[in-house]
Amino acid sequence: MQASEMAFYFFSVVIVISAMLVVISRNPVHSVLWLIATFFGSSGLFILLGAEFLALILMIVYVGAVAVLFMFVVMMLNINFDQLRSGFTRYLPVGLLIGLILFVELSLVFSHWIPANSYDSKIQDSTIGDVENTKQLGLVLYTDFILYFQLAGIILLIAMIGAIVLTHQRKRNVKRQDILTQIYRDPEKAIELKDIKPGQGL
Amino acid sequence: MSYLDILTIGPELILVLFCLVSLLVGSFYDSIKTSGFIFLLTIGILILIAILIYISPYKTIPAFGGAFIRDAFATYFQITILISVVALLVLSKDYLIKYDLLKFEYPILIAFATLGMLVVVSSENLLVLYLGIEIQSLSLYVIAAFRRDNVRSTEAGLKYFVLGSLSSGLMLFGASLIYGSTGSIEFKEIFIAISSDGFLLGIMAGLVFLISGLAFKASAVPFHMWTPDVYEGSPTPVTGFFATAPKVAAIAILLRVLFDCFGSAVESWQQVIIVLSFCSMFLGSIAAIGQKNIKRLMAFSSIGHVGFALIGVACATEEGVAAVLIYMVLYVIMNIGVFAFILNMEREGVAVTSIESLSLYSEVSQGQAFFLTILLFSLAGIPPLVGFFGKFYIFSAAINSGLIWLAVSGGIASVVAAFYYLRIVYLMYFGAKKELLTGNMPFTHWLLLIVTATLMLVGTINLFGLEGPARVAAVSLLN
Amino acid sequence: MDFSSGMGLILLIVGQCLLITVSVLLCLAFLMYADRKIWAAVQMRKGPNVVGAFGLLQSFADFLKYVFKEIVIPAGSDKVVFILAPLITFVLSLVAWSVIPFNEGWVLTDLNVGILFIFAVAGLEVYGVIMGGWASNSKYAFLGSLRSAAQMISYEVSIGFIIIGILISTGSLNLTKIVMAQDGHYGLFNWYWLPHFPMVVLFFVSALAETNRPPFDLPEAEAELVAGFQVEYSSTPFLLFMIGELMTVVLMCTLISILFFGGWLSPFPFLPDGVAWLVLKVLFFFFLFAMVKAIVPRFRYDQLMRLGWKVFLPLSLGWVVVVATLAQFDIPGYARWVIEGA
Repeated sequence: MQASEMAFYFFSVVIVISAMLVVISRNPVHSVLWLIATFFGSSGLFILLGAEFLALILMIVYVGAVAVLFMFVVMMLNINFDQLRSGFTRYLPVGLLIGLILFVELSLVFSHWIPANSYDSKIQDSTIGDVENTKQLGLVLYTDFILYFQLAGIILLIAMIGAIVLTHQRKRNVKRQDILTQIYRDPEKAIELKDIKPGQGL
Repeated sequence: MSYLDILTIGPELILVLFCLVSLLVGSFYDSIKTSGFIFLLTIGILILIAILIYISPYKTIPAFGGAFIRDAFATYFQITILISVVALLVLSKDYLIKYDLLKFEYPILIAFATLGMLVVVSSENLLVLYLGIEIQSLSLYVIAAFRRDNVRSTEAGLKYFVLGSLSSGLMLFGASLIYGSTGSIEFKEIFIAISSDGFLLGIMAGLVFLISGLAFKASAVPFHMWTPDVYEGSPTPVTGFFATAPKVAAIAILLRVLFDCFGSAVESWQQVIIVLSFCSMFLGSIAAIGQKNIKRLMAFSSIGHVGFALIGVACATEEGVAAVLIYMVLYVIMNIGVFAFILNMEREGVAVTSIESLSLYSEVSQGQAFFLTILLFSLAGIPPLVGFFGKFYIFSAAINSGLIWLAVSGGIASVVAAFYYLRIVYLMYFGAKKELLTGNMPFTHWLLLIVTATLMLVGTINLFGLEGPARVAAVSLLN
Repeated sequence: MDFSSGMGLILLIVGQCLLITVSVLLCLAFLMYADRKIWAAVQMRKGPNVVGAFGLLQSFADFLKYVFKEIVIPAGSDKVVFILAPLITFVLSLVAWSVIPFNEGWVLTDLNVGILFIFAVAGLEVYGVIMGGWASNSKYAFLGSLRSAAQMISYEVSIGFIIIGILISTGSLNLTKIVMAQDGHYGLFNWYWLPHFPMVVLFFVSALAETNRPPFDLPEAEAELVAGFQVEYSSTPFLLFMIGELMTVVLMCTLISILFFGGWLSPFPFLPDGVAWLVLKVLFFFFLFAMVKAIVPRFRYDQLMRLGWKVFLPLSLGWVVVVATLAQFDIPGYARWVIEGA
């Protein structure tokens, strides 16, 4: 067995086991941690494919940002997962049945997998010549794939708008700190000195 | 990307730019006044885009390397979608003001959803299809929960989101299976691969997942579970929106995928569509009978109508496609009218959605009751109203392509469905004496109710000349 | 012995790893001492002066003290995660050094996407903090970790954009190439600090926030949160946290030197390049870090977030646009890849 093959099996095993543990773990925080392990494994698979840029972007975006937010939510919500799980046994038979059917169908499909004749001609290697993977992505992202790229950007924008619309409380009479006005205030305008004569007051 | 690509996608580009600019304006000058202004501007822009799409000379040539095409089929659906969105926006303004929901994000989200639908209708590959559907659904999830301090509305948003994501996942899985078998995401390439190598097992599995996802978006049985809850919980104008434009888009994209991608393997998907259609028709008709809430009723009604439209899809002929195109337009017009009425169902300033509350509505407003009756008769498909002709075209297409039993069961289903439409009419004229509704209606709503109801009568003459464009669109899809 | 394949290669790699680890840790011991000395000097104290000549061995004494103490694990804590957290912090801060070039060719792995690798590793360091805070099962620790994590993520965004500016100018994500692109006839005026000047300041401040250093040491704000996410930690785990954090500080100093100040390049054209220059630059920036710690008062949390999201993010994003435009029109200094022909 070659080193790359060994690495493939290693990462795949990591992915499968940690993905299962995501579901099985009793503690939701542990689930998130296993999810991170899954991302690590996938990132490793990307490196094996020669897509080092994607691998690191996966790490930065999913592990470094998305999973952290997951963790935030899970830690702060304090969800009672046992309560959520209470229907588990009731739905288990149906779930298992559907899972089984799906499994049988898909294993039938994958055991008789025949790609179309034109398949090979369309698949390109991720490293052509000595042009790096990152550079290749850069060359097509804003030219050939501009439509997909921008549409995906719009999706993210909508997600952001949605998050703000659904959570942001608009309180119109809240006093906020305005750093600039604070900086541009000077003692002359802020303080008025009054000479008060004894026994008179203001 | 070339100059021509930009010109082709110009209308959508204008919409995006408008959304971005008004988003900035809205967040910097946030007030009811700006929200109202952006609202009106959105309506104007959508009308402008409909005109631009109609007169656009950049058709038939696919843009962005064959990812986007605005053929006659796309144009037909895009204009239908835009008109229904505009009508629903016009309807929703008074409601939003009344319930303090008029935020500038509302028209922007609707505009983004419209953008998604426009893109999806003219997509020519699986990736654009998926991205368009996501743009559309994501905006819809948000506006379903737009009344965020209302438990029902947030529940609707959440349910829609969770189930919608599941269906997107199914679709994406199907798309990846198809890609894995053919090595391409382009509809044309997949078509060629199927014609030359036959219908491979991987493509079959992919197709099933893809259809499941799309059927979910169109809320065809058995992927309809979300529909009643979401329709009931969402703010009423949003429900009206859900019942019209996204339905049209879903049917359009189903047609697009089935004919552009899998047109050479009709027998492989025909059965699936027949089952979907049959279940939707009967479940939509039978389950609606027990409903007490008019929004839920409209949900089941929409499920039933999708079932009828799917008969036309199952025909897999030019005639069938043309019938579906006509049917969807008629369906949208009828729904606009009905929702113009539902939006104003209230008693002492509180919105009421129970069907019982409509009893003796004819005593409140003779005119409204009359026009609603016409619309409901048309929805039920009673001749000589337009709704009948919609169904007639569908059934005749089914009979001509040999699906006689499906046409017959469609007929039976529509008779069953007529029961619950007529029940509303019965209540309005002969119901038990109860507390009456207020019956006030803003002018625009009145106008839309009258116009749609009149169209139901007048349209019987020549179906607004729809037949010609529908046939052209059907031809462009099938070739 | 043959060092190009088989066991020899493995031995070579292990040797190099050890070399980097040991030398970095050794430097760290003295940097920690320097940190305290500078701080003391600003406050007109003597600072550590007992262990060894001038107190030079103070860090080693501290090290022994930490290591020989008993590890206390709180009863309600999640034990595995509790121990895992400091290990993650420590290991990640070491891992990042594997792609740092100390001199031309002096790099453990010359990764094509080296800068991304460092960025990814820096992003992962949040986990040490957040896991530690959560596993302690203490309110203070948890609040501290939440604050800290939010802070690190916020400033990572602007650091990312600043790095993109450099990448556009260089046309490569390789750290060696970034340094080479700054080579030229004018010594220090060839380096990126000149064309990218505003970003040097932003990067420095963001680096302070990213490493939870004063004036952004809110996670540890003694006045409010006792000691932030590390409240429950003692002995070796605490030591690992401390070393990990300080190592990240040094890493950030190195990164500033490499990205903006020409790495191992000599500032004067008549002097030879060499690793000594890099060390000098790192020391200089570490000195600045220490001075900031001594001089600048602590930020309030909302001010910190405001600075990150409302000031740094738009500025760095705008700068990316500016650099991209300038590079598009081959303005010298912004489009080095044109000169390199890469």
